[in-house]
Amino acid sequence: MARSKEIAPGVGRLSRSQVFAKRGLFKGQKKTEKIAADAAPETVEKTVGGANNGGKRLVPTSKAPRFYPADDVRVPKKSRKAPKAAGLRSSITPGTVLILLAGRFRGKRVVFLKQLDSGLLLVTGPYKVNGVPLRRVNQAYVIATSTQIDISAVQVDEKINDAYFAKTAAKKAASAEAEFFEDGKPKAKEAFPASKAADQKEVDKAVIEAIKKTEYLAKYLKASWGLSKGQFPHQLVF
Amino acid sequence: MSNSNFKRFVEVGRVVLLNDGPSSGNIAVIVEIIDHNRAIIEGPTTNVPRQSFPYKHLVLTQFKLTGLPRAAGSSTLKKLIEKEALVEKWNKSSWAQKREAAQKKKSLNDFARFTVMVQKKQRRDVVRKVLAKA
Repeated sequence: MARSKEIAPGVGRLSRSQVFAKRGLFKGQKKTEKIAADAAPETVEKTVGGANNGGKRLVPTSKAPRFYPADDVRVPKKSRKAPKAAGLRSSITPGTVLILLAGRFRGKRVVFLKQLDSGLLLVTGPYKVNGVPLRRVNQAYVIATSTQIDISAVQVDEKINDAYFAKTAAKKAASAEAEFFEDGKPKAKEAFPASKAADQKEVDKAVIEAIKKTEYLAKYLKASWGLSKGQFPHQLVF
Repeated sequence: MSNSNFKRFVEVGRVVLLNDGPSSGNIAVIVEIIDHNRAIIEGPTTNVPRQSFPYKHLVLTQFKLTGLPRAAGSSTLKKLIEKEALVEKWNKSSWAQKREAAQKKKSLNDFARFTVMVQKKQRRDVVRKVLAKA
C-alpha cells in the first residue's frame, strides 16, 4: 500500500514527514520501555587557585555559547541509510579462477577463496605460482571463468578479514628528508611481516596441492590474460 | 545450361544451408521456388519446418536430391532424404566439418583455449626439431 504515490520515478508525492504521519506508526502501544540514559551532571566542582577565589567553584560541564546565531540554520536530517555489501555474482564460487582487470595485478589469473564482510573478494595467486598474494579485490573488476579448482581442503583462517588488510597508521616523519633518507642514504625497505608470509603459505599449501592435480593448470595461472586481434570479451566464453 | 560455368543452381531438390532465423546453421531442401527472392524450403530430418525463405539468408550447397518432384510433401521429402543419406553426406563434407570445428573452437573456455595454445606449441616444437634433423 503505497501512500506516497510517485509523481516521477523516484519522487514521491508526499514528503518524508508526511508519509511518517500517514503511516501512523507512532500510534499504538509501545512494546519496549525506553531505558533512561544516565543524565550527565550539569556542573562539576573544581578547585581554583588564588587566595580570593574561595578555593572551589561549580563549573558547568558544557560551556554555554558565547553568542547565539542570528539566524535559524536548518540542520540537515541525518540519513539512516547505510550501504550494504554487494552480493556475490552467481558465477563466482569458492575455487573459481578469476581474471583481474584492474590494479597492480591486472591480467593475472587468481583463485577465489571467499567473500569478506565488506563485499570484497579474497583471492590468492597462489603467491608461489604467479606472485599474487592474498588480496582483496572488487568483483566489478574481475572476469569469472568457468574453471573451478576444488578448494574444499583449504582452510581460510578467521583472522584473515577486512581488518587484516587494513593499513597500519604510519607515524608521520619529521621532515620530507627523514621520510626517505637515513644517514644520507636512501632508507632500507621495510621487511614484509613474517606472520603474513606464514599465513600466505598456510592458505596456499592446499590450493597448490589442488592445482597440481590438473595438467597445465599451474601454467595457466602463471600466464597473463590478454586479448589478441579479433578477440572481443563479450564474444568469448570464459 | 550445359555450357554454363555455374555448378549450383536454385532448383527444386537443391540442398541449402540456412544462415539466418531460428533454424540458422541447419540444412534444408528447396521444395518449390516462389519468386526471385524466396523459395519454400523444408528439412524434416534437420529440424527445419516448411517455410518460405529468402535466398539472401541461405547458401547453396553442392548437394542435390535427385528426382524430387515439384512441391513434394513432407513425407515424400523425408523418404528421399533418408534414401539418399543426405544428412550423413553433409556431415562428412569438409564444409560441415570445418563449421563444426569452428563451433567447437568458439565454445572453448579460457582454460581450454590456453591448453590448446600450449599443446599447439608442443606440436610445433616436435615438428621443428624433426625437420631440423632431416
